[in-house]
Amino acid sequence: MKENIVIIGGGIAGLEAAAQLLSLGYKPIIIEKSDHLGGHVAEWNCLFPDMTPARDIVSSLAARSADANIFLNTEISFVNKLKDSYNIMLSNGISIITKIILVTTGFSVFDAAKKEEYGYGVYDQVITNRDLEHWFNTGEDKRVNDCGMNAVGFVHCVGSRDEKARNPQCSKVCCITAVKQAIELKQKFPDAMVYCFYMDLRMFGKKYEDFYISAQRDYGVRFIRGRVSEVSENIDGRVIVKAEDTLSGKPVKVTLDLLVLMAGMVCSPDSTRVANMARLPVDSDGFLKSEDNVADIISSPKEGVFYAGACTGPKTVPETLAEARAAALKVHLYIKGLE
Amino acid sequence: MDFGFKLSPSSAINLDKVDLSRFEKLHGIEPDIIKCMACGSCTSSCPANRFSGMSLRKVILDLQRGREKEALGMLRNCMLCGKCTMVCPRGINTRHLILSICRIYGEDGK
Ligand SMILES: Cc1cc2nc3c(=O)[nH]c(=O)nc-3n(C[C@H](O)[C@H](O)[C@H](O)COP(=O)(O)OP(=O)(O)OC[C@H]3O[C@@H](n4cnc5c(N)ncnc54)[C@H](O)[C@@H]3O)c2cc1C
Ligand code: SF4
Ligand code: SF4
Ligand code: SF4
Repeated sequence: MKENIVIIGGGIAGLEAAAQLLSLGYKPIIIEKSDHLGGHVAEWNCLFPDMTPARDIVSSLAARSADANIFLNTEISFVNKLKDSYNIMLSNGISIITKIILVTTGFSVFDAAKKEEYGYGVYDQVITNRDLEHWFNTGEDKRVNDCGMNAVGFVHCVGSRDEKARNPQCSKVCCITAVKQAIELKQKFPDAMVYCFYMDLRMFGKKYEDFYISAQRDYGVRFIRGRVSEVSENIDGRVIVKAEDTLSGKPVKVTLDLLVLMAGMVCSPDSTRVANMARLPVDSDGFLKSEDNVADIISSPKEGVFYAGACTGPKTVPETLAEARAAALKVHLYIKGLE
Repeated sequence: MDFGFKLSPSSAINLDKVDLSRFEKLHGIEPDIIKCMACGSCTSSCPANRFSGMSLRKVILDLQRGREKEALGMLRNCMLCGKCTMVCPRGINTRHLILSICRIYGEDGK
């Protein structure tokens, strides 16, 4: 059990894999560039579809993986391929020789300011899904005006399914996140009108459709099929949203107190950097390329390098955790094969 | 004076100005109405659609957009046969809904 295992990224994928490897008797090393564990999930408030507190998920994962060697605030400086192993140099000066690398570097949230027509960073009443989660957690955001919330809009597919944003694929989690956040806002502001502007509603997961029906029936969230084409600000600082109501074939306009942009999931530049250093290929969607997208998503084409989680594409928490467990087993069997 | 063209009123929907008071009353007795996901099954199975263009999907949408006149005009073509109720995947009792719409919106309805 002396084989080194290096896990790059301490999000939920890295933590779950580490916890599984610990229980198999290994002592994995986690390299995390930020100052905390849990990755993006540590930023969220409640998780769809059961409103599980994100904090509970992260703290139980952190507890189960606490015996791993964890380096926070640490990045990879370079990766050298040796004869049958890799030499990984860390930013803190430590170097590690390992035969196994598990890449769990996750994703980035699309930078909504790039879609200039939506006015993120320009108009005060425009925020993102990530900002709203932050507000749910802390109650701090000057752009969210607690008193005077009469109308709220959600814009789906911001920076996803958009060739202009250089991101033609669907981010998968944002439709259901919009439904979740719309319900949460309705719970806080029952008298507000809440609109979701969507192109398609992708309710693929367990209980998602029920969540959507509940948003309609129990909370009165209004779904308008049409992509918001432009946002402007009126004299009293509210935002005016224009779209086509494609079901009636008519232009539609509405004035809102808050507009939430559902920014998508894109490959993180940190993943790409690691990929470049370890000479891992990148897929056409910008995410890391697996050995096979159907049969073997957790193997890279490189000997001893494996993936788990959102570094290979948009994924939900349960999907990420399942991949992390599968990757831990894969690593275990790989080490058995070496012996 | 004839300029050779006419100015038609804007067909844009301004949700700020839509009066939904009657829709909310309808919603009170027919809570399922906003479960409609605009699939169009009702319209495609409707025997009145072929000769009158009747579409319950459009009626439901028009009511939510404040286009009551259009909705009620279209509803006059309904024969209350109930086929739409049999096909609605969201389980909306559409025939019952149509009767409620008539009750709430149309003293002068059908
Ligand atoms: C707005 C939003 C809401 C969401 N809500 C839900 C929800 O309610 N339910 C649900 O199931 N899913 C939800 N998701 C999806 C969920 O966030 C992802 O499934 C999950 O974060 C994927 O975990 P991960 O560990 O693969 O990646 P990440 O969470 O991105 O973690 C990656 C970690 O790796 C670190 N890292 C990256 N590169 C390096 C490097 N080079 N060196 C060292 N460390 C590095 C990062 O700092 C980070 O800590 C949501 C997504 C979004 C965008
Ligand atoms: S999940 Fe929904 S909002 Fe997100 S990119 Fe796909 S279709 Fe758009
Ligand atoms: S009840 Fe009316 S709307 Fe429904 S199928 Fe019959 S005619 Fe069409
Ligand atoms: S069949 Fe039901 S869900 Fe589909 S459009 Fe008609 S009323 Fe709406």
